[in-house]
Amino acid sequence: MSTDIRTRVIGYLSRYFPVSDLADTDDIFKRGFVSSMFAMQLVAFVEQEFAVVVENEDLELDNFRSVAALERFVRGKLSAPVAS
Amino acid sequence: MSTTLDRARAVDDGLLGSAHVAACAGFAEFVDRRVVPIADDLHRSQYTPPQVIDELGRRGLLGLPIPAEYGGGGCDAVTLGLLAAELGRGCSSLRSLLTVHTMVAHVLARWGSRAQRETWLPRLASGECVAALALSEPEVGSDATAVRTRVERDGDELVLHGHKKWITYGHVADLLLVVARGPEGPTAVLVERSRPGVRTRLITGMIGIRASMTADVHLDGVRVPADHLLGRPGLGTTQIAGTALDLGRYTVAWGSVGIIAACLGASVAYADTREQFGAPIREHQLVRRLISDMYADYHASRLLCLDAGVRRDRRDPAALPAASLAKYTASTAAVRAASDAVQVHGANGCGSEYPVQRYLGDAKVMEVIEGTTQLHQVGLADHAFHEFGGFK
Ligand SMILES: Cc1cc2nc3c(=O)[nH]c(=O)nc-3n(C[C@H](O)[C@H](O)[C@H](O)COP(=O)(O)OP(=O)(O)OC[C@H]3O[C@@H](n4cnc5c(N)ncnc54)[C@H](O)[C@@H]3O)c2cc1C
Repeated sequence: MSTDIRTRVIGYLSRYFPVSDLADTDDIFKRGFVSSMFAMQLVAFVEQEFAVVVENEDLELDNFRSVAALERFVRGKLSAPVAS
Repeated sequence: MSTTLDRARAVDDGLLGSAHVAACAGFAEFVDRRVVPIADDLHRSQYTPPQVIDELGRRGLLGLPIPAEYGGGGCDAVTLGLLAAELGRGCSSLRSLLTVHTMVAHVLARWGSRAQRETWLPRLASGECVAALALSEPEVGSDATAVRTRVERDGDELVLHGHKKWITYGHVADLLLVVARGPEGPTAVLVERSRPGVRTRLITGMIGIRASMTADVHLDGVRVPADHLLGRPGLGTTQIAGTALDLGRYTVAWGSVGIIAACLGASVAYADTREQFGAPIREHQLVRRLISDMYADYHASRLLCLDAGVRRDRRDPAALPAASLAKYTASTAAVRAASDAVQVHGANGCGSEYPVQRYLGDAKVMEVIEGTTQLHQVGLADHAFHEFGGFK
């Protein structure tokens, strides 16, 4: 499951910037890949691709800043109990 | 007098499904009957009478995209786009009301707390309450992260000080979504117009969308409960204004398509009847050239808007850049079309008896709002380098 999340995240990022030399823990914001519009696209991608809802409290840079962070965040969302 | 059935035939381009065709025909019929006849008067008087806003609310048009659970129409993005295009064909000021009202409603639906959604969305859906977005300031435009209006916490309250400018329908809106600078950075706050310290001044003499009750909004020590904070403190521009502007770009793009449609309607009718050199001017090749350019721009812009709408409805993340491309293309095309429509009308186009001079001013505004043409060009160039240049 987790590998699958990683593959899908990398697949998405690869449409927008080079991923061949991107380590899982590299900060995509620090590397200048992320415009404010792309940050919103990332939120929309996570929601659409993994059928989760990103809430106000999820909007931490630490959830989005790297492949590893996104993988961890999505895994956490998928295992959280669904809110009523 | 065209019937709804004629209208349905006219809007059925083979791309829309029957539900969208029917909805669009209904919007077109309403706009022809209730909006087109008053649009020049609204423009000249620089005023939207409250009963016009009430009617849009009563008919459910202002609340059309608001989720049905809050009393809205729950429509999809394509339907909202078709409404924006039809309203834009009739009157860009009223289209701009739809734009700002639905931007705020959209942000509330997406990021509002349960209490905020339950308090505001039913009132926005019915049109009982009109909303406006207060982001720009005298010294702050394209770089919205630089807002200077301040918000501070004082016990259970938030206190706002500052000056917002160019706020569409700000002079009449009951609810203002204000982006102000707090300790964490730009922060979005919901402010009722009725709060002591809120003062608005109508801005007149604009080049376009002259009836849109655009206002200076002064916030002099305005106090609201702390639960009026919307979204995360510090994310007022990226999260909140970003979400609002994404929808704003989308409806402005469709509104621009509406302006091009209006230019085409007026120019074709005029070229049919105006005679010079012993023939209707429609027979002069250079006039036909102006009209063919408008026609091509209309269809190209409309297709990009539809693309953005379909992606939005599919929740495709690429809906965001698609809305930017549609807005850039349609707004710049609307300026060309309106300028050419004035040209087709000659002196009559420069006068006030024909609506095309209104279209020209309205179209120009479309290039400034929801991200200027240049700001979209900056982003689109990035996309071009990614798509066609490989990664360097
Ligand atoms: C009719 C009307 C209604 C409006 N309604 C609202 C509203 O409801 N709410 C609200 O908050 N605001 C509203 N605005 C304000 C609008 O959002 C701003 O006008 C817009 O963001 C541009 O800012 P500015 O006018 O300060 O221009 P500036 O940002 O000062 O730009 C001036 C010029 O410089 C160019 N420029 C700036 N930065 C760059 C760059 N990095 N690269 C290249 N070129 C650049 C611009 O493209 C423009 O040509 C409205 C404006 C108008 C005219």
